[in-house]
Amino acid sequence: MKTCLVVDDSRVIRKVARRIIEDLGFEIAEAADGMEAMAWCRTAMPEAILLDWNMPVMDGLEFLKQLRAEPEGKTPVVIFCTVESEPARISEALDAGADEYIMKPFDGDIILSKFAISGLC
Amino acid sequence: MRIEDAEALRNLVQSRSGVVIDPAKTYLVETRLGPLARREGFPSHDELLAAMRAKRDDRLIWAVTEAMTSSETAFFRDRDTFDAIRQSILPKFAGRTTPVKIWSAACAGGQEPYSLAMMLDDEAARLDGAAVELFASDLSEACLEKARSGLYSQFEVQRGLPIRSLIRHFSKQGEMWRISAGLMAKVRWRRINLLADLAPLGRFDMIFCRYVVGSFDAATRRRVIGQLKALLTDDGYLVLGQDETAGEMEGLHPVGDYPGIYTRHAPQQGAAAA
Repeated sequence: MKTCLVVDDSRVIRKVARRIIEDLGFEIAEAADGMEAMAWCRTAMPEAILLDWNMPVMDGLEFLKQLRAEPEGKTPVVIFCTVESEPARISEALDAGADEYIMKPFDGDIILSKFAISGLC
Repeated sequence: MRIEDAEALRNLVQSRSGVVIDPAKTYLVETRLGPLARREGFPSHDELLAAMRAKRDDRLIWAVTEAMTSSETAFFRDRDTFDAIRQSILPKFAGRTTPVKIWSAACAGGQEPYSLAMMLDDEAARLDGAAVELFASDLSEACLEKARSGLYSQFEVQRGLPIRSLIRHFSKQGEMWRISAGLMAKVRWRRINLLADLAPLGRFDMIFCRYVVGSFDAATRRRVIGQLKALLTDDGYLVLGQDETAGEMEGLHPVGDYPGIYTRHAPQQGAAAA
């Protein structure tokens, strides 16, 4: 089974995202910030990462830059999932190596649509 | 809602638009007509329907028909249909000296014609200079008005639209996103009821009529598909929804393994192997 790492400092968001993405046939791992997420990735690289931007310790953008520099770090599909919705910020995330981008609030249809666009389902 | 009222409403919608409303879905009436009733100043959909019957006000009748038949949609709905067109159909138009005419025949909120406009812009190289004329129509004036505005909510631009297409083709306006003026100018809009005589519209190289005929009764479906077929150029394509079939129509042949795509000419089989 494919794994999706859900990275968000909100436990509620992680829970909502987990329910939706489990239904798409993924096993879910959770991390509350970029540092925790990096530890996960170094242990077992997931197929997909749903990534919040603003988090304590290490934010999503910093995590993404470090991830893409890791060995095997280019393999996961990374989908940002954040309240940031300014085009300049979105471009910044894409330039840093994000594959897709979700603007919060999201629902099941949006996650499904973005996973399909990314070839994940 | 009384059973007679529900039946009268179903008959009205069917005679005006061809759309058959499943009696089991009477619950839709309240959610579809509630907002319209509020806009028109009625306490609820019951009073709205009563006023419509009493006054026989054509504008109100159409507003009700539109509210009952409009459906939600997404950008690049059926991604593999768009992939098939991009890879297998657009190249056939490459370098043509007369404009390629494309009609989005039930464009709802405009996501389909704008998806086509984006695709044609992104794939200009495949067309090798061929000009494209993009027409879009819908039964609903409200839908056309929305489509013409080119404005979409954050939810709408996240259904089917890749983020790079959003960044490339839209700009942010407050909480909404607006498609670029360049793409908006590429689409010509018109209100068209598919039950009317379509012959005056001329001929098209591609007609998109997706997720519409499925809601018609069998006789209406045959008549509408027959009309659309007659508007296709000799090597034109009709694109239906992926679970919709033109199977019972004489003279329309499925294209490859692409569900919902039909052409008038039977594709030559084994020609390459001969």
